[in-house]
Amino acid sequence: MSRLGMVIDTLRCVGCQDCVVACKTENQVPEGLNRDWITYTTKGKFPTLELTIQSERCNHCDNPPCVTCCPTGASHVHHFGGIVLVNESQCIGCKACVASCPYDARYIHPDGYADKCTFCVHRVEVGMDPACVAVCPTHCMYFGDLDDPESEVSRLLASRKHYTLLPEAGTKPRIFYLE
Amino acid sequence: MSPVEVFSTAHSPITDPHVHVWGWEIPVYLFLGGFTAGLLVLSGYARWRGRRDPGPEPSFALASSWLSLVGLLAISLGMVALFLDLTHRAYVWRLYLAFEPGSPMSWGSWILVLVYPVLIIGVLFAPPRQLRERFPALARLKRFADDDRLRRRLGLLSIAAGVALGVYTGILLSSLGARPLWSSGLLGPLFLVSGLSTSAAFVHLVSPDPEERLGLLRLDNALILTEVALLAFYLIGLAGSAEAHARAAELLLGGPYTAVFWVGVVGLGLVVPLVIQVLVVTGRVAHTPVASILVLLGGLALRFVIVYAGQISHWSPRL
Repeated sequence: MSRLGMVIDTLRCVGCQDCVVACKTENQVPEGLNRDWITYTTKGKFPTLELTIQSERCNHCDNPPCVTCCPTGASHVHHFGGIVLVNESQCIGCKACVASCPYDARYIHPDGYADKCTFCVHRVEVGMDPACVAVCPTHCMYFGDLDDPESEVSRLLASRKHYTLLPEAGTKPRIFYLE
Repeated sequence: MSPVEVFSTAHSPITDPHVHVWGWEIPVYLFLGGFTAGLLVLSGYARWRGRRDPGPEPSFALASSWLSLVGLLAISLGMVALFLDLTHRAYVWRLYLAFEPGSPMSWGSWILVLVYPVLIIGVLFAPPRQLRERFPALARLKRFADDDRLRRRLGLLSIAAGVALGVYTGILLSSLGARPLWSSGLLGPLFLVSGLSTSAAFVHLVSPDPEERLGLLRLDNALILTEVALLAFYLIGLAGSAEAHARAAELLLGGPYTAVFWVGVVGLGLVVPLVIQVLVVTGRVAHTPVASILVLLGGLALRFVIVYAGQISHWSPRL
């Protein structure tokens, strides 16, 4: 059983938004909505400032609150790689999952159901990388099995300093940022 | 010259996540659900204690079938609001093909399956005269109302259904850990007590029985005091908790929702009606509908403030 996750090198990311465009195109995300996005954070005391650029999306948490709170079972953990998905024909559009996500990763699709990043499950299942990873011009994103110690993502996490977003929310996110 | 500390985040308005928030429908549903829960508990207690519909009809006394009808109407209006909030409405039946033990919303949809029959039995138990005249067969049900054991059992069932409904409307929010303002189990008892208080305020306004009115006025005063205490414990708990929770409490204690919370919920919704009702109980002013109306509006305002402020409370200080 694999446990798919993503590693993003913030030192290489230039914030070009290619991942955002690739996702919108690949998944035909409706206008005005996004499954991934970029944040630019400036920290420090002038003149020693530090800029961090992050490509963010659903963290496909090990402890996903959106799955726990779903009253119909529409939000679920997929058997392939533990990807967190929504079954459209089970979703009633109650928005509990939207409210439960500390990363604000979910939105309501114009057709009425809750929607979000799928880790491009249709590509991943046939051995390809998610669209955002495949398209990154600086090769700052890596995708693979976190349970396999030989995978590229596991090796990067073993050798580089990294962090996750809002670990204090207790969701055990599976997107790691190298710093 | 001290260096300037900078912490800024530039988000792109074009690609930032679009968070779909709950509108007026959810607070209205939570209010009507809590109100119905209160009616179920109060009328259930009266029936359990052996009280009967005193008549003459229409009577809105505690044990009357008319009050069950009010509850049926209130929860149905709430359900309409809830349904309007759904964005994938054609699939609403999916709620009843699943039971998700981790999801209070799933519990709630099944609790409603218990609440409806209890309210309907409450109405049909001693069918109102108008209904009996239209459907003569219903008159035969009157004999169940004369059965003390049955009435007491219905009372107990009604109390259980009411407590479940009232607590669930609060726990529904508490379970969504991403919103720090809701991260308190006290929302369960708070919403239950608020529901009891709004329904007590309604019944002491409409009940024909002077003794019942006085009893409910006294009960409502105790409930309002309990609610004030629960609100205080809730805010103390949040303010003394982790940074994100303290920041969430700031929304009510010194942020965008402070004015409406203190003036609408605490002032006009709790303190003013409590003062009026104490004066009524001690015989210094005549019984007035003002207090009841304020308590009802205060209960609605409480749901609005908690739901709206909760949705903008966040773990991340950037947002």
